[in-house]
Amino acid sequence: MRFTKTNRLSIAKQQSLTGWAFLALAVIMLMIFLFYPMLKGLIWSFQGSDGFTLNNYKRVFQDPTLRKAVKNTSFYVFVELCIMLPLALIMAAVLQQKDLKLRGLFRTLLFVPCVMALMSYATVFKIMFGNYGLINSLLKLLGIVQEPYEFLTSTSGAVLVVSICLVWRWAGYNMVFYCTGFSNIDSTIYEAASIDGATGIQSFFKITVPLLKPVILLTMIMSVNGTLQIMDEIYQLTNGGPANNTLSISLYIYNTAFSGVPKFAYACAQSFVLLVVIALLTALQLKVGDKRD
Amino acid sequence: MSFLSVFPLYWMIISATKTSMDVSAGRLLPGLALMNNLADIMKQMNLWKCLFNSFKIAIVTTLICVAVSSFAGYSFEVFHDKHKDRVMRIILVGVMIPGIATMIPLYKMISNWKLLNSMWAVVLPSVTSIFLIFLFRQSTRNFPMEVIQAARVDGLNEAGIFLRIYFPMMRSTYATAFILTFMASWNNYMFPRIVLIDNDQATMPLLINSLLTGYTPNYGAVLLGCTMCTLPILIIFLSMQKAFASGISGSIKG
Repeated sequence: MRFTKTNRLSIAKQQSLTGWAFLALAVIMLMIFLFYPMLKGLIWSFQGSDGFTLNNYKRVFQDPTLRKAVKNTSFYVFVELCIMLPLALIMAAVLQQKDLKLRGLFRTLLFVPCVMALMSYATVFKIMFGNYGLINSLLKLLGIVQEPYEFLTSTSGAVLVVSICLVWRWAGYNMVFYCTGFSNIDSTIYEAASIDGATGIQSFFKITVPLLKPVILLTMIMSVNGTLQIMDEIYQLTNGGPANNTLSISLYIYNTAFSGVPKFAYACAQSFVLLVVIALLTALQLKVGDKRD
Repeated sequence: MSFLSVFPLYWMIISATKTSMDVSAGRLLPGLALMNNLADIMKQMNLWKCLFNSFKIAIVTTLICVAVSSFAGYSFEVFHDKHKDRVMRIILVGVMIPGIATMIPLYKMISNWKLLNSMWAVVLPSVTSIFLIFLFRQSTRNFPMEVIQAARVDGLNEAGIFLRIYFPMMRSTYATAFILTFMASWNNYMFPRIVLIDNDQATMPLLINSLLTGYTPNYGAVLLGCTMCTLPILIIFLSMQKAFASGISGSIKG
């Protein structure tokens, strides 16, 4: 009796060790390439020319360019949450219709924007919206404008182009998550609702949205998180211009660190403030999401 | 709607065959300048070398990243205990670290290790993905544990169980992970831009940008570069699409 007990214990121990062995590589790599650099950055952010300083953080809160970047980025988040996600949900709902022909084909076509290479799509949009690009040719042909409209060099134009790009690229991506969510909903619920006299719109808001809530929450967190870190597209489309009116937070930090005179310590301080913002927003979303249960 | 989604792709491919003038004129049929555009690219950058570099980096990154993440995800579920839960909680905190916060220290580390201008400068910082670990953990949740128990009784060792049972049964999750990591690595731009300075090491996104920054860029050539940058991932995605869809749904259900 005692023999079997110790034997079982040693098996359990052995199992636990095997588990750690499987885990070790990932943990070591995360330490070296994620947590260690983060700590290093945190230390740098407090480093002045003569030892410890808080000046970098003081500067963060007084920097007018950063304030502009925060404003622009908040606008992008707004576009993603209020235009892109509802659009993705509508697309998924339409694709869910049982009588729609070629559903698979439409689904693939709508997903195409996310499969285009990031730099390719940003460059394509940049050329299309250029002064002599396709969109201006079209507008001229239709007689809407006489002179080419300066999409990329006027403030409202550039903001519009960046917003269009974001919606175009990410709607299809989020749609896939909603489609998956839909396919997990039992179709008999809808049948019961329609017998009880619910209209299509009623059942969409009363059944679909509540049941999709976990997926909607997931896409919201991903979108906010992703948008706060956006920089590649904006670098390629407008490089933050004109007059920093499309500059995003991450792109500004990148420029602070790597273009012109490198200001590593200040950039580290900026990125730590961003980290705190992301952490707070994620926590807030999770809390709000939980409460509605 | 579908038309709007696909149009830029169509326009990009069509324009790759046209002269810079025709691109501006906005004609929507193919032109005859494909070979000229190709020659124009080759004059500035070695297109094939860039394609090769991109492939090399993306494949090495993806193989390492998917292997390491799946080991971890497997361990979290199959060898589940409260210590590993604690580790997972710490790892999940890492999701909130923005890429830019680690980019600056990583740049310094890479240059201290004298790895600038080598493919490892791009590969190493992107071999860990918390998202993938999470994806594998969630998918493993639906994995039938009895199969693993049975294999243990039959005397298969732990590595064998992973390779011969877990790996083949999780093929769709692996396909999803492969596509996601490959695309992320292929699209990687801001970091390679600072660590790969030599034209010899340039990847496809860097090629596009150097074509665009010329004096009077030939838009036909730029868009040919864009097309060559998109086609590989488009083909990979279309050929693995089915597995990708079921991999995503497996992870959400879990």
